[in-house]
Amino acid sequence: MYFYALIGVGLFSVGLYALINYAHLLRKILALNVMGSGIFLILIALAKRTGETQPDVVPHAMVITGIVVAVSATALALTLMLKLAAETGRAELSEKDRD
Amino acid sequence: METLTLLALSFDALLNLSLLYLAWILLNCEDLLKAIVLFVAFGLLMALAWVRLDAPDVALAEAAIGAGLTGALLLTALAKLRVIETNKGTTQQLKQDSENFQTLHYMTPLALLLVAIGLGYVVFSMPPISAGLSNDVATNMGNSGVSHSVTAVLLNFRGYDTLLEMFVLLVSLLGVWSFGSTTSQHETTPGPVLDTLTRRLVPVLILVAAYLLWVGAHAPGGAFQAGSVLAAAGVLLLLMGWRPGGYLSTLPFRLILVAGPGLFAITAALLYLLKGQLLAFPVEYAGIIIFALETTATLSIAVILAALFLSEPPHSDKEHI
Repeated sequence: MYFYALIGVGLFSVGLYALINYAHLLRKILALNVMGSGIFLILIALAKRTGETQPDVVPHAMVITGIVVAVSATALALTLMLKLAAETGRAELSEKDRD
Repeated sequence: METLTLLALSFDALLNLSLLYLAWILLNCEDLLKAIVLFVAFGLLMALAWVRLDAPDVALAEAAIGAGLTGALLLTALAKLRVIETNKGTTQQLKQDSENFQTLHYMTPLALLLVAIGLGYVVFSMPPISAGLSNDVATNMGNSGVSHSVTAVLLNFRGYDTLLEMFVLLVSLLGVWSFGSTTSQHETTPGPVLDTLTRRLVPVLILVAAYLLWVGAHAPGGAFQAGSVLAAAGVLLLLMGWRPGGYLSTLPFRLILVAGPGLFAITAALLYLLKGQLLAFPVEYAGIIIFALETTATLSIAVILAALFLSEPPHSDKEHI
């Protein structure tokens, strides 16, 4: 099941690339979600290495917790983005605000 | 047998490549609406991947939350963003989003490639067989009060994870509320199709949620899956134009919000005082305690997730008196 773990690494990298590359905050939120999915995929794929038919369930429980935390973080991030857009008119962090 | 293995392998390969391809397309396509729709499709494919990896509990959670609820949240946020942009007259500026591509330093893809290779190396350098904690889980299953191992881990062995998670949900809702409402939403009348669909679906969703909650003790399912299905029913009602007002924005509503985390925290505190250990359930009562915790957690998760979707704080009590 290394194939799935490797795709998880791929998803993480693709997400990280988009996170750095795009200024639009909605894209950054999508990128963070894809990165999260990649990490979950690595965890679950490596949980199959028990040598038996039944995989290790502790990572499964952690990933379920992670999915719920990810959705609440996404909701909070989206609200922050909307508030920023309502203030500045753009859903982006401008260069001059960064210092 | 040979052909079956070959079929399974080619299915895995196809699924994996489409996952990676979808992720690339959704993150790099020009149209944000298209990106979000592709993200929902990506979530559904992820659910398939969980099934292939023998993780049906994760698949249920992903299908309900990862694909469904996150998609609904993203689409609503995009709609609100478009309204804000039209009001501010900044639609043109955002078209330049794709031009930011050129500002990227040439070293960045190289650095990212190194990160990917490093991570891939770490994955491959792991020992091929490692029991992890599966033996500990198997030996202690008899003391857990339930017969489904994922529920045993979530609610008993690592109960404090779930305890803290309930508070993460509550705190994120408080964070969303503290910003106030972004756009005012009023009750609307739905079209006939949405109206009929919602009337048929909501009772079914409530039934499915109750089943998932009950079945969680001995098969895939549990509080998170049930809570998110229940939240989906709430989101449907909100989409139909229903707005909670009156008694729903007052004390009973707030009590349901804190019931799950509250009961969990009280149980933890009581057990700590009685047995000197956080969340160490007595073996004979473990089943009942877990069921009570899961039921209140389901209600709280459902209401918190639906409230996150609505994203505006309830009106103050004074307006309704």
